[in-house]
Amino acid sequence: MTTWSVIGAGVAGLAVATELIARGAEVRVFDPHGAPGPHGCSWWAGGMLAPWCEYENAEEPVLRLGQRAADWWARHTCVERKGTLVVANPRDLPDLKRFSRRTQAHTWLSADEIARTEPDLSGFPQALFFAEEAHLDPRQALACLAQGLRDAGVAILPERASEGLSNVIDCRGLAARDHLTDLRGVKGEMLVIRCPDVTLTRPVRLLHPRMPLYIVPRGGGVYMLGATMIESEDRGRITARSMLELLSAAYALNPAFGEAEILEIGVDLRPAFPDNLPRVRRRGGTIYANGLYRHGYLLAPAVAQAVADLALENKRTELVDEDHP
Amino acid sequence: MRSFYGTNLPNPLMLGTAQYPSPAILEDAFRRSGAGVATVSLRREGAGGAGQAFWQMIRDLGVLVLPNTAGCHTVKEAVTTAQMAREVFGTPWIKLELIGHTDSLQPDVFQLVEAAKILTDEGFQVFPYTTEDLIVGERLLAAGCEVLMPWGAPIGSGRGLANEYALRAMRAEFPDTPLVVDAGVGLPSHAARAMELGYDAVLLNTAVARAGDPAQMAVAMMRAIEAGQMAHEADPIEPRDMAAPSTPVIGKAFLS
Repeated sequence: MTTWSVIGAGVAGLAVATELIARGAEVRVFDPHGAPGPHGCSWWAGGMLAPWCEYENAEEPVLRLGQRAADWWARHTCVERKGTLVVANPRDLPDLKRFSRRTQAHTWLSADEIARTEPDLSGFPQALFFAEEAHLDPRQALACLAQGLRDAGVAILPERASEGLSNVIDCRGLAARDHLTDLRGVKGEMLVIRCPDVTLTRPVRLLHPRMPLYIVPRGGGVYMLGATMIESEDRGRITARSMLELLSAAYALNPAFGEAEILEIGVDLRPAFPDNLPRVRRRGGTIYANGLYRHGYLLAPAVAQAVADLALENKRTELVDEDHP
Repeated sequence: MRSFYGTNLPNPLMLGTAQYPSPAILEDAFRRSGAGVATVSLRREGAGGAGQAFWQMIRDLGVLVLPNTAGCHTVKEAVTTAQMAREVFGTPWIKLELIGHTDSLQPDVFQLVEAAKILTDEGFQVFPYTTEDLIVGERLLAAGCEVLMPWGAPIGSGRGLANEYALRAMRAEFPDTPLVVDAGVGLPSHAARAMELGYDAVLLNTAVARAGDPAQMAVAMMRAIEAGQMAHEADPIEPRDMAAPSTPVIGKAFLS
């Protein structure tokens, strides 16, 4: 039986390995960093499974393929299906109207309905509610996938895969640039804050002229605040401007966030292709799965399925853009 | 045709490169519209010269590149950003933007004149983003600018030409200077109007990048700009209050 070598234990690699195992294949995973952790950009993700909201600024496959994500993840980790709320500052109401026009599967909530849905979110005359959307805790999700693989007897080997292996599935993210020259990094900055004074139970997005800022509850008064999108490959530290914008967004949602503790500051680069859609490529003995951009958790299941279809059944699905076996 | 520091533009559409859903869509907007100039911001993407992949993509568009100092609030910031832009893109062109007001993003014309002088002395060819004020325009020319870029309306507002009278006056005041309406354009009709007034080019970004179909909007803008330019060159009629029939009615021969 063929043994598949998955390289990279981020969300893409772990989802691919999990999908291959579920279909009866034999797999091992290589990652010189070992278990998932802050070295990988999926560690810093928001974990929103929000295909309808994302479609506002993304291509159609994100909407369609992303709708399968919540069910896939629910088989492996805890998924909260509470929907998404989208609000705007009064001066940006034209943006909220535009957002509603560009998306589907939402309802308008009045101020009273907002208060019933999220009592700690006040001062917004109206909001869009995307009831079908979900979210998860990315770090828990990665741990669950890693545990599931261990339970199936698959080790994550803390080493580099040796040169010349065949049946390789390369899920290294931006590191795979050495072979994927059209891959670029898009900088993202995020914060984790703790604020027990505020209770939000579902992701809330605040529209902003340049980027969608959002807050995702992690439970226990902890919130993930994200995320900037900058066409830069500087993996350095967060800028003061980004920090101000992220914190202003939280403050706009509820001024009590002004008392929050800042637990973590995350900066990393999202791997992206020119159309910001993921790709599966077969070149010789290696299959590359990459370019998940800001949709790591939303599209990892679809990418994993596309890889398994190609690797095990020689079936080329829509995410496969090059196939030179 | 008025030249921009000795360069004749291939066409009068200057298109921004920010806020597109993806670089692929940005590229498509340029390819389909044929826009001749790409403006690019260095301030935000620029930390440590790390925007290389994106900047390479802009260079690969094969159009003239006009780097800008978007997001700068002081002379010092703008000058540093301009110097970096010259290094990255190898062009003396710089769109000088100095923001004076957080809500309206109105240019700070006092700092603008000061920065324009410094940059011109350093050999830059400055495209100042200014208001429609004639005196400011004169000061910018005195500082060495050979192009003026008055706003149509606040950046990203899509309100069109808020003060058409002043833009017309500016055209009359500076007959030999290339003038560009920069900012505020939301619809092709706004862009066409600017060209009908005799402007030399239109610079826009949000109206295309944030449209549902950016590439199609870019094409619409280009057609409108070309229509406005052709109309201006064709010497349009003057509006009048009474009808002017296109066929004479008096003395017309008729058979009874």
